[in-house]
Amino acid sequence: MMSIQPILEINALSLAAKSKERLVNNVSFSLSKGESLGLVGESGSGKSLTLRAILGLLPNGVEQTGGTIKSDVSSAMVFQDPRGALDPLCMVVNQLAEVVYYRQKVSRKASRMIALELLERLGLPDSLKKKDRYPSQLSGGQCQRVVIALALACKPGILLCDEPTTALDVTVQRQIIETITNLQQELGFAMVFVTHNLAIAANLCSRLCVMKQGQIVEHGATLDILQNPSDPYTQMLIDSVLPLPELEGSRDSWN
Amino acid sequence: MTSGLKRIWNTPSLLVGLIMFAALILLTVFIPYISPYDPSEQNLSAFLQPPSAEHWLGTDQLGRDLFTRLIYAARTDLKIMVLAEIIPFCIGVFLGMLAGYYGKWIDTVITLLSDTLIAFPFYLIVIIVAFASGAGERGIYITFILVGWIVFARVVRGLSASFRNQEWVASAQTLGLPGVKIILRHLLPNVLPQAVVVLMTDMIGLLVAIVTLGYLGIGITPPTPDWGTMISDGQPFITTAWWLSAVPGFAVVYTGIALSLLGDGLADIWRKK
Amino acid sequence: MTNLKQVLNQPRGSKDSYNWLVISLIKALAVICCVMIAVFFIIRIVPGDPAKMILGEYSTPEALKSMHHTLGLDLPLWEQFMRFLKTLFTQGDTGNSIVMGTSTRELIMQRAPVTLLLIVMACVLAIFVSLLLATVAATHKDKLLDHLIRIFPTITLGMPIFWVGLLLILLFSVRLGWFPVGGVSEGWIGTLHSLALPAITVAFSQIPTLVRSLRAQMLEVLESDFVVTLKGAGIPSRVILFKHVLRNSALPTLMLMGVNISYLIGGTLVVEQVFGIKGIGSLLFTSISKRDFPVIQGIALYCALAVVIISLLIEIISWWLDPRTKGKQ
Repeated sequence: MMSIQPILEINALSLAAKSKERLVNNVSFSLSKGESLGLVGESGSGKSLTLRAILGLLPNGVEQTGGTIKSDVSSAMVFQDPRGALDPLCMVVNQLAEVVYYRQKVSRKASRMIALELLERLGLPDSLKKKDRYPSQLSGGQCQRVVIALALACKPGILLCDEPTTALDVTVQRQIIETITNLQQELGFAMVFVTHNLAIAANLCSRLCVMKQGQIVEHGATLDILQNPSDPYTQMLIDSVLPLPELEGSRDSWN
Repeated sequence: MTSGLKRIWNTPSLLVGLIMFAALILLTVFIPYISPYDPSEQNLSAFLQPPSAEHWLGTDQLGRDLFTRLIYAARTDLKIMVLAEIIPFCIGVFLGMLAGYYGKWIDTVITLLSDTLIAFPFYLIVIIVAFASGAGERGIYITFILVGWIVFARVVRGLSASFRNQEWVASAQTLGLPGVKIILRHLLPNVLPQAVVVLMTDMIGLLVAIVTLGYLGIGITPPTPDWGTMISDGQPFITTAWWLSAVPGFAVVYTGIALSLLGDGLADIWRKK
Repeated sequence: MTNLKQVLNQPRGSKDSYNWLVISLIKALAVICCVMIAVFFIIRIVPGDPAKMILGEYSTPEALKSMHHTLGLDLPLWEQFMRFLKTLFTQGDTGNSIVMGTSTRELIMQRAPVTLLLIVMACVLAIFVSLLLATVAATHKDKLLDHLIRIFPTITLGMPIFWVGLLLILLFSVRLGWFPVGGVSEGWIGTLHSLALPAITVAFSQIPTLVRSLRAQMLEVLESDFVVTLKGAGIPSRVILFKHVLRNSALPTLMLMGVNISYLIGGTLVVEQVFGIKGIGSLLFTSISKRDFPVIQGIALYCALAVVIISLLIEIISWWLDPRTKGKQ
């Protein structure tokens, strides 16, 4: 059952580059507790930038030129490139423990315990408990799990996912998506899932926003959009996915 | 034509650099009309005088007007700076293109050669070779032909290698287009802009080296005025007439800034293209 | 080892990184060989007869003949080279100094400590100041401090190193009297004190280039995903900067210092002349003026070898420290 008060409300958000080029134009949507929202679109549509704006960490050279972002809870981000998201010179357990230490304000020893617990929950091998490793020594999928663990260590109310599976092998993709789904059911965080893959978004999210060139061209419940797309661009995206997932077999992560 | 000028106007670094450099050149050209003095004109009764209305920058230990000497020295040093860069530039670009485009053993040989020469500290080589080939202008030219090409070769080599990896080059080669033609018609124009930017910065180093050689006594020989020899001449009087040594140095710094701005400006303009 | 060509063209950090190590060693050895050949030919690029140059006005035919023999110029070229290599490998020497009569190696070793100390001081100072300036510039990007620090290299690029030394002498020795005008005083404190200004001068010549590269390096790191991850995770900026950003910028900096060692040595040799320090630099100049070829060869050889070996060491160290090259488990 969805709560009435949205935990994230974005109103007429506009982002522009220093050169005044408009990157995101008049974007509005809201997110309720526990809900999954898919942000779909092709490269350059402004999806990732929107996420960075929600996080509050816009890249250099991009500024918010209009609109508001209101949120009661904190958010954490999972990146596309799992290896790039981790300090290559820092061993993963140490890295996670560091985040726990600063975020949850517990002792160093306790942070390490919590870190190891989190990693276990994410399905990382036990060998990490005995010998800490560098990101370059882990597989892509394992790195991504660490990044998710890092995000969860912040106990976020919203998990922002920026194409977290695009850089991974197809088999690993499914595993990661399953992991995220399970965690969401367990922990109850809301999610904004950015992807250019309509199939994944449709499987995972109860609502979709289609973005094109910095603007939202269509938004609504996933089923509605897939069955009755009102924008020709949406139709184009649907057509380019073959085949569409069977809607009965998809996970019921909403409701 | 006007669009070119407009681009220059809109790139502040290029504009300022050009103005600074032009001002310097103008001074060197018109100095005979600006100054009544001769650079070697000695006036022993008026030696080591501070700047005044008569002598804008004062006089040196032999009573020669400093300002005049300064600008005549600019003539010498700038002329040598430009001339000494031409051959190394051509050699470096040429070798760099060969090394980057053809790769394999040509690349290995050229890289080995440049790595060997670069292992010797620049000033070490410059001093030894300049001395060995005789002090004076000739020595400077020989020195820089020997070691000055390396920096261009390196930069151009990198550019050429990535150029060669482009797909259309491979297809051009299969069509039977001879390498020489590709190099001259396509690679060279590609590589030249960045090489020229490097040239600007390298000239600064060259000028500093010329002046350093002059200071050490193995560069330009007197009585030809040179900033380096002026600085070393002034060193004994540093406590009383410090400007004798300081001012020529500022002239070098000025030229350095002008060239730096020119280099940055050219890089900016060509990047925007 | 697989196909040599393949290995030569492979990027660093790949699975065959041990192959990379071997290749680097081979390359360095090749350069060292060429360096020795180059040093050998230094005497021979001088136009004219080296013996005549040395003897000058004392060039009687007998003296010339005897000098030729001493220099070994009466032997065929190949044999001369062999003799050169033999002395080099057995004694680590390039022959006896014509002027002093003692072995070149001894002469150089005598003068080396002062020069080495100067180089080390300059190095430490350069690294420290560059790190400081680059960090300030990168963290205040596009603000006033950043602009000032960025203009700094443009201006100092054209500053001849000896002129900077002179100005420093003028200000700090002549006007303020804080440092001696030249020479090296006795004792540890005295030595360090006298070498302070020269070290600052040499460091000054290196700092602009270092700051430029370091700043660019740090900006790249500051923009990378993992910094955003850490910031988003709420780790304090100070910790991010000192623990993560600096560490990641350190490796490329190390590589850069390796490249710069050549300019550092060269600059030191010149600065010694300005401050009247009796190190290898002044040895070089006196040898040059007296046409003492073996000593000149020796200095050139040792400097070049130092550069090659130090560069190699630094490459190996950064390869070792980089976890990315350790390979997957």
